[in-house]
Amino acid sequence: MIEFIFQNPILSALLALGGLSAAFGAVLGFAAVKFKVEGDPIVDQIDALLPQTQCGQCGHPGCRPYAQAIAGGEDINKCPPGGQATINALADLLDVEAPSLDAEHGEHLDVKRVAYIREDECIGCTKCIQACPMDAILGAAKHMHTVIVDECTGCDLCVEPCPVDCIDMIPVETDLKTWKWDLPATNQNPVFHVVAQPVNLIASDLGRGQAFSDQHDGDKAA
Amino acid sequence: MTSLIKVWELPGGVHPPEHKDQSLQLPLGTIPLPPVLVIPLNQHMGTPAQPVVQVGERVLAGQLIGAADGTFSANTHASTSGTVIAIEERAIPHPSGISSESVVIEPDGKNEWIHLTPCEDYRGLDRLALLDKIRAAGVAGLGGAGFPTAVKLAPKSTQVIDTLILNGAECEPYITADDMLMQERANELVAGTLLLSHILHHPKNLLIGIEDNKPRAIAAVRAAVAGAAANDPEAANIQVVVFPTKYPSGGAKQLIQILTGREIPSGHHSADIGVICINVGTAAAAWRAVRFGEPMVSRVATIVGEALGTQRNIEVLFGTPISYVLAQHGFDAMRASRVIMGGPMMGFTLLDLDAPVIKTTNCILAPGKQELPEPLPAQACIRCGMCAEVCPASLLPQQLFWYAQAEDFDRLESHNLFDCIECGACSYVCPSTIPLVQYYRAAKGSIRLHEIEKEKSDRSRQRFEFRQQRIAKEEAEKEAKRLARQKAAEEAKKKLAEKTTAPAAPTDVINAAVASTSAIQVAPDEQKAKLERLVSAAKNGLEFQQKPLVPNKTNPVITDEQLVKQQVRIKQAELKLAEAEKKLADFNAQTIVAETGAPVPANAAPVAPAPLVDMNDPVAAAIARAQAKLTMSPEDKARANLESLRTRLAKAEEKVAAAKTEGSANLDALQQGAEKLQQKITEALAELTALGINDKPAPVAAPAATVAEPVAEPVTAEQSAAQAAIEKAKAKAAAMASMSDEEKRAEQIQSLHTRLAKARERLAKAEAESDANIEAFRAGVTKLEEKLQELA
Repeated sequence: MIEFIFQNPILSALLALGGLSAAFGAVLGFAAVKFKVEGDPIVDQIDALLPQTQCGQCGHPGCRPYAQAIAGGEDINKCPPGGQATINALADLLDVEAPSLDAEHGEHLDVKRVAYIREDECIGCTKCIQACPMDAILGAAKHMHTVIVDECTGCDLCVEPCPVDCIDMIPVETDLKTWKWDLPATNQNPVFHVVAQPVNLIASDLGRGQAFSDQHDGDKAA
Repeated sequence: MTSLIKVWELPGGVHPPEHKDQSLQLPLGTIPLPPVLVIPLNQHMGTPAQPVVQVGERVLAGQLIGAADGTFSANTHASTSGTVIAIEERAIPHPSGISSESVVIEPDGKNEWIHLTPCEDYRGLDRLALLDKIRAAGVAGLGGAGFPTAVKLAPKSTQVIDTLILNGAECEPYITADDMLMQERANELVAGTLLLSHILHHPKNLLIGIEDNKPRAIAAVRAAVAGAAANDPEAANIQVVVFPTKYPSGGAKQLIQILTGREIPSGHHSADIGVICINVGTAAAAWRAVRFGEPMVSRVATIVGEALGTQRNIEVLFGTPISYVLAQHGFDAMRASRVIMGGPMMGFTLLDLDAPVIKTTNCILAPGKQELPEPLPAQACIRCGMCAEVCPASLLPQQLFWYAQAEDFDRLESHNLFDCIECGACSYVCPSTIPLVQYYRAAKGSIRLHEIEKEKSDRSRQRFEFRQQRIAKEEAEKEAKRLARQKAAEEAKKKLAEKTTAPAAPTDVINAAVASTSAIQVAPDEQKAKLERLVSAAKNGLEFQQKPLVPNKTNPVITDEQLVKQQVRIKQAELKLAEAEKKLADFNAQTIVAETGAPVPANAAPVAPAPLVDMNDPVAAAIARAQAKLTMSPEDKARANLESLRTRLAKAEEKVAAAKTEGSANLDALQQGAEKLQQKITEALAELTALGINDKPAPVAAPAATVAEPVAEPVTAEQSAAQAAIEKAKAKAAAMASMSDEEKRAEQIQSLHTRLAKARERLAKAEAESDANIEAFRAGVTKLEEKLQELA
C-alpha cells in the first residue's frame, strides 16, 4: 500500500480525493433526501411578519397568499395595514432595500379601527357574516348581528356588502390597558431647541439642578 | 429587637435633597368631608372592580360598591355614607389623563358605618379565612403600585417564605406618609407584622426596614415592638433594621437586597427567593381589616409643596377630589408650577386636579415655580456614564437610551429593559438633562403593545385558517351530496326506463302532475287543524299584547313611547288574527264546495276537452288537466291560458271590491295583483296574435296561416316575442342615440319616477304588513328621492 503511494504519488492523490468526494457526495445526497424540508420556511417567516388582517388590499385573498407571492418575488410594499413598519421588517428579513408603501393599494391608518354594527338598523341579512374573514361577526338570518370587537382586525370587508349600510369603522380608543408613554420630543435638529414635553415627564426629569439647589435649601431654612 | 443582621450595600443610588421636614412640623391631620366623593373602580393593579350599587342608592361607609373581578383585582368600598349620584367616567390620577369608570357619592355628613365584624383572636382562625378578610377589605399595596395584598400573601406552595420585610424606607424626597404612620400607629404596624407572619406560617426573619433619616419613627416602632414583646413572644423576633439613607432603597427589590443580600433574578418575584416585602401602611391596613373587619377607605397622604399654605400629613378618604384637598391647604395656583401625584422622582404630573385621592396616592406635591421649574431642553448624550454608575438595577441606561430612540426592541429586551424600576436616578444625574426614564417607559409600552398585537395576529391567523378549512370542508360535503343525488337520479331513471317501456314522455308529465297534486293535497283535516292552530296562536298573541303594562324591576317607569309601542304591537296581533281567521274561513268554504261536488273554480281549464272524470277527485282532475294540456295545440294552449287568466282576473277584482268594502289592509297588494293579471292577459293576447290568430274568431285560420308562410313556420311564439323585444330595445337605443343630453336626462328622470313610485308602493305594502324590512324599504325610497333631486 505504502509502496504503491510512493510509486504513484499523483495517482494515489487523485484516488484519495476522488474517494473523499464520492463519500461526502453520498452523505450529502442522503441528507438531502432524508431531511427534506416540507413547504417553504421563508413563507412562514414572511407570514409571521404580516399583520394578519386578511383584508385583501394587496390583491391576494389573505395574508398567507401574499406571503407566498412575496416569496415568489412580488413587491413587499403592498400591505397598507402593516404600513412602513411591516415593509421595513420584510426588507430586513429578505435583505432588500425597503421601498415606501405603494399608495395604489391604500393608505396606512395610524389609528386602529374596528367594525361596529348599528344594531337597530341591522336587518339580519347575514351578508357581512359571509364576508368576514375572521368569523368575527355573530348573528343569524333575520336576527341582529354584532361584531366581536376583540377578534375584528378592521379589514373593512364587511362594510361593502351591507345592503342597509349600517356598519361603521370606528377608531379604537386608547384605554388604561393600551395607553403608553410617548417617546420624549427630541431635538434632533440642534438649531431648533425643541423643548421636551412639559407635562408627561416624571418630576425627576424636570428642572433638576435648580430644584434641589443648595441656595434653595438655604431659602427654606431661612 | 436590636439590629442583628448585616446591612448590605445597594449598587448605585443617589442622594437628592430630602425635603422631608416641612411636612413633619404638624401632627397627622384630617380635612372636612368633601361635597362629593369620586371613587374610581380601578385604584389598584389588575382588573377594575365591577360596580355593585345603582345610581340613587344610599350607601353606608365601608359598604362594598365595586366587587373584585377575578383574583387579580381588589374590592372597592364607599368611604362614607351618602347617596350614589352617578356611575360614570371620571378623571383619575393617571399620567395619561384618561378617565375611568367611577362611583360618585354625595356624602350625607352622618358617616354611618356598615355593621363590622371584629375578630378578637385571629390565631384561632384558618389562614384562608384571614386572607378572605383581607381580600374583602380591598387592601392593596399603599406603597405606590397598588398590588392586591391578598394575592401577595398567598405564595405558591413551592415558594418557601423565610423572610417577611416591612418596608418603611420611604426613600423618595418630600414624602413622609409612612414616617408619620409609623410615629402615630406603631402599635398597629407591629400587630400587622405579627398577623402577616401568622398568615405566612411564621417566617424565620421578621424585619422592619427604616432609613436612618426617620429617628422619631424608629424610636416609636422600637418602643412598640418592646411593648408587644411583653405579651407575645413572637414580637421579640421582630427586628427593626436601620440603614443609611439613599435613593431608591425603598424599592422592594432594592430593600430586599439591602436587608438580605439576595438579588431577585430577572423575571422572578421576591417570593421565588423566599422573601415577601410589604409596605408598613399596608400591614397596618391589613391588621385593621382583620381585627375590626374594617374595609380600607382612607390612607395617610403627604400634602406638600411651596404653593401650599399648610404642609402636613393627613388621613384622607379615598375619592376626595385632589382640588378639594389642595383648597383645604391654601393652594395658590399662581405660585405652583404644577401638581404632582407621588414624589419628585417617580411621580407624575396631574393633568386634571379633579381627579380623586386613590389607594396609591401617597403624596400630593404642589411645588412652587422656583422649587420645580419647567425642564431644560434635553441636550445630546455626552456618554459620560454617570447614569450607569447610579443605576440601582445595574443596567446600562445609556445603551437602553440609544436602543429606545431607535426602537430596537430586541436589543432592549436583551439589555434587560424590563428590570428597570423607573426610579429616575439616571435622569437625575444626567448632565444633558435627557428624560431617560420617559424613553424607557415609552419603550416598555411599545414592547407590551407589540406583544399584544403579535398575540392577536397569531389568533387571527388561526381563525382565518380555520375558516378556510371549514369552507373547504363544506364545499366538499356539498359536492359529495350533489354527486350522490346525481347518482340516485340516474339510477331512478334507469329503473323507470326498465319498468315502463312503452309510454315514455306523456306518462312522465302525467305522473309528475299526479305526484305534485297528491303532495299538495295533504289530508284536508290536517290542514284545517293547522289553520285552527294558527288562529288560536294569533288569539293568544293578541291577548298577551293587550295585557296592561306593569312596572317591574327591570322597567320601573312606563314611558309614553312604550305605550305607543304596545299599541302598535296590539294592532299587529289583530291583523295577524284577522288574517288567520280569513284563511280558515276560506279553507272551510273550499272544503264545503269540494264536498258538495260543485266544480272547483280555480285552475280548471275551461277549454279542455275534459274527459269524464270525477271532479271531486283532485288527482283525477289534475291528470285530466295534464292530459288536456298534452293534447292541446299551441293556440289552444294560449287560449286556455287566456281564459284561465280572465277567470283569475275576475276573481281578483271581486276580492279587491270585497277588500274595499271591508277596508282591508291588503287592498294595495290585491290591487297590484289584479293589475298584474291584466298585464298578463294583454301579454297572452299578444302571444295569440303572434301565433297569427285573432283573439275572437277563426281557430281554423291558424294552420292556414302557418302553411301560407312556410318560412315563419319554425318561429315559435317565444322566438317571435324575443324578436319583438330585440326590436324594441333597438328602437330604444336608436331613440337614445338620437336624443340630446337633456332628453336623456328627462328619460332618466322618468325612469327614476317610475322606480320611485314602485318603491313607494312596496313601502306602503310593507307598512301595511308590518314587514321586518320596512326600514330597508324606507332607506331605498329616500335614496331614490335623493337621486331624483340630484338629477332635477
